[in-house]
Amino acid sequence: MTASANVKTFQINGRDYSARAEETILEVARQNGIFIPRLCELEGLSTVGACRLCLVEVKGSNRLLASCVTRVEEGMEVTTNSERLERYRRGIVELLFTERNHVCSVCVSNGHCELQFLSQKLDITHIHYPYRFPKAEVDASHGRFVIDHNRCILCNRCVRVCDEIEGAHTWDVMGRGIDARVITDLNQPWGTSDTCTSCGKCVHVCPTGALFEKGRSVAEMEKRRNFLPYLQLMRGDQNG
Amino acid sequence: MTREELEQIANTERQSQASTAQKLNVCVAAGCLSCQSQTVKEVLEKGVARRGLGERCAVKGVGCMGLCSEGALVSVDQNILYKRVLPADATDMLDALEAGRPPVERLVCPTNTPFFQRQKKIVLENSGVIDPERIEEYIAACGYTALVEALTELTPAEVIEQVTRSGLRGRGGAGYPTGLKWSTVAKAVGTQKFVICNADEGDPGAFMDRSVLESDPHRVLEGMLIAAYAVGASEGYIYVRAEYPLAIKRLKIAIRQAEKLGLLGSNICGTRFNFRVDLRLGAGAFVCGEETALIASIEGKRGAPRPRPPYPAMEGLLGEPTLINNVETFANIPPILRNGGEWFAAIGTEKSKGTKVFALAGRVQNTGLVEVPMGITLREMVFQIGGGVPDGKNFKAVQTGGPSGGCLPAECLDMPVDYESLARAGSIMGSGGMIIMDETSCMVDVAKYFMDFCMTESCGKCVPCRVGTYQMHRLLETITQLQAAPKDLALLEELCDLVKHTSLCGLGQSAPNPVLSTLRYFAEEYKAHIERNQCVAGVCGQEVHV
Amino acid sequence: MPVSLSKPVAPSADKRWKIVDATMRRVGQHSRGLIETLHTVQEAFGYLDETALRYVALSLRVPLSRAYGVATFYHFFTLKPAGEHTCVICLGTACYIKGAPQLVDTVRRELGITPGETTEDGKVSVLSARCLGSCGLAPAVVYDNEVAGKVSPLQLKEQLSKWGRP
Repeated sequence: MTASANVKTFQINGRDYSARAEETILEVARQNGIFIPRLCELEGLSTVGACRLCLVEVKGSNRLLASCVTRVEEGMEVTTNSERLERYRRGIVELLFTERNHVCSVCVSNGHCELQFLSQKLDITHIHYPYRFPKAEVDASHGRFVIDHNRCILCNRCVRVCDEIEGAHTWDVMGRGIDARVITDLNQPWGTSDTCTSCGKCVHVCPTGALFEKGRSVAEMEKRRNFLPYLQLMRGDQNG
Repeated sequence: MTREELEQIANTERQSQASTAQKLNVCVAAGCLSCQSQTVKEVLEKGVARRGLGERCAVKGVGCMGLCSEGALVSVDQNILYKRVLPADATDMLDALEAGRPPVERLVCPTNTPFFQRQKKIVLENSGVIDPERIEEYIAACGYTALVEALTELTPAEVIEQVTRSGLRGRGGAGYPTGLKWSTVAKAVGTQKFVICNADEGDPGAFMDRSVLESDPHRVLEGMLIAAYAVGASEGYIYVRAEYPLAIKRLKIAIRQAEKLGLLGSNICGTRFNFRVDLRLGAGAFVCGEETALIASIEGKRGAPRPRPPYPAMEGLLGEPTLINNVETFANIPPILRNGGEWFAAIGTEKSKGTKVFALAGRVQNTGLVEVPMGITLREMVFQIGGGVPDGKNFKAVQTGGPSGGCLPAECLDMPVDYESLARAGSIMGSGGMIIMDETSCMVDVAKYFMDFCMTESCGKCVPCRVGTYQMHRLLETITQLQAAPKDLALLEELCDLVKHTSLCGLGQSAPNPVLSTLRYFAEEYKAHIERNQCVAGVCGQEVHV
Repeated sequence: MPVSLSKPVAPSADKRWKIVDATMRRVGQHSRGLIETLHTVQEAFGYLDETALRYVALSLRVPLSRAYGVATFYHFFTLKPAGEHTCVICLGTACYIKGAPQLVDTVRRELGITPGETTEDGKVSVLSARCLGSCGLAPAVVYDNEVAGKVSPLQLKEQLSKWGRP
């Protein structure tokens, strides 16, 4: 196969772009400064297509496609923002707010939270659906970190980073549907986990204040993610 | 195993069957078993032995005869059908038989009714006729001849050609053309390929696949073998619900028998074709009917679907090309190869070929299993085959397609049953459950029932399905408690739109269907609940159950 | 629990672990065999406890959290021991419209529990099933593995009180 066959030209929002065949719509958009909201995708981790916020319209397809898992194709015509997409995105973010107990004013991640940022970006001022107000626990048994299930949106980033980057697979999801939640080992207090290496990667990939470092108070928890592209690059070099 | 050896087994079996003049077939499928049919069979066997009738009379257990509500069913020589037989009735039956008298009148079930006459049996041709635990009986009924012919006389491409010509479409719900699926997998490149039989029949109110597995398991194995030969697979799995112990037992027996005769394993029929089949038990997750979730489950993981593409046909089990068809689809394959694709394509409608097995249940006179040509009208299904609504009640709706389908009202009754018509009407063919409801059912309550189902069966991976089904269920609960405001209905419609268009897999995308179809045809009921705090059927507003 | 790199030793001398070991050998000690093995454990012991999950996870080299995630994803698995008797009420569509909700009410009135729970004395567990496929017999109930069809609230009540007696 020639090199040119590996390059695809296509349109996003009416403008022409080109990219390598293995790149996804979301990656290309990001490189070109086109904003597509997402909460489960994170550069350096595998993609799962679960939050459904990065859905885009592709001409000729009657389904909306998750841009994080959809590769670019020759001649593709992608729309990343339309009245319909905006409406659905607002709906999904609103559903997330009703699912657990998100109270920004007392949250360690206030001002640094991806969910909060998105709700501002999408101009969400009011939640139409009734809140669920579940009883969710806070596990502070770990020496350095805390998980507050009230703020978890089940994006699965902690599960993936722990498995794919740290290689510990301390985290996973238990139960299903609305009762699903993240757990460490056999659903035991985090502090008693045999497998946790206390590396803290899960804390820093978490988009909200669900995972945070002990001792942080309101609005103090900023997440650092530089390690992800760095680790990915280094490992890519070793493998390649 | 060669064609001649197969023929020989068939002939030996046919001769031994011909040596007994009279045959008493007792249904030992799950429905009748729970009406003591096993005891009935034993009592009959003892009676025959005691009376010294063993020479001219044979008692055997067979699969489902269809009319499950009238069990236990016993047929005599395929022309008399006894219904509601209890162990105590055996004496009378044998008396009549021994004396050559007419059959016992109080037990006779008339078979000249539309329930029996309107059926056309392809998938169920052996159900209720052969002993599902004996491979010889399947072979005597032309079993495995299609496989031997395919292996020895046809190329894989020719097999796929026949299936494509037949126009067969997936019987699991979506109706994807089977021939196209097969040729995709055949063309896909991989170090190994798999064939999976989806027997995770999860729709509440559907028991077609269970019945086929319990009544004629070899037919499914033969279909899988032919598929494996056609696409180039060497390993297969049957993913069957753990809730179907009898089907599991009979499948295990069938696999062992086929292995013993060299119909499964290495160098089948002396060719270079190898195929092994293993069972995998489901563990109570409806979402595992979805292809990618089913694969995850076979790999020992949580049954969460993943985005497609890549489709399983390209990257399936262990990342290899994988063909997934459901039980009924595989069961159609041997007769298609035996009789040719054109024969099959001559049955049914232009776009929906062949027959479909339906499980009739709910408020209908005859509940059970029927196989009818595609294109039959819903009215014929409900009022002729089903015998109408009992207790002088009025028909209200027929639900097809389970939690992904919809409720169709009386004005849809003259619609033909085919993939396109059902979809246009806002429902789906689904796997074949057909539940009839009368005026005592409240359509909002039914919608809530299905939403409760989707909510508890949601895997929880994607947000719209996980939280959306919860919110929709809560709104439906408020409506059925007669406490909803008009704005709740608007919210419900908005959520239906959101969940339908943004969910990751088929479960979420179709979860709103029961609500949308009842809103479309029974809007008046919703209005009555909300505006007048009134439930016409008298179901809602009382103590909330479940 | 200390983790060693050699194959873990069965938690006790209980013979049932041999059955579990046999299943794990049949699946080639591969993580793919997790669900098969959990089926065997549940069949042998009646439920999956922490000891069993830990043993199976270590033997098949499945992360603990994943084993727990799988065990709780599938509703067929239970992490608590079942009662002496089990009563499964089918809540399939046909059963639902033919009176299964009244059967659930009956259980609640008679035993004070809802499906998924066990009575305090450990006598009776009540479960619900999505569909038993016995729609022709709706509403259907399974009493200790025996399917009963066209069950009325009165029949259910009688069966429950029969079990309640010492």
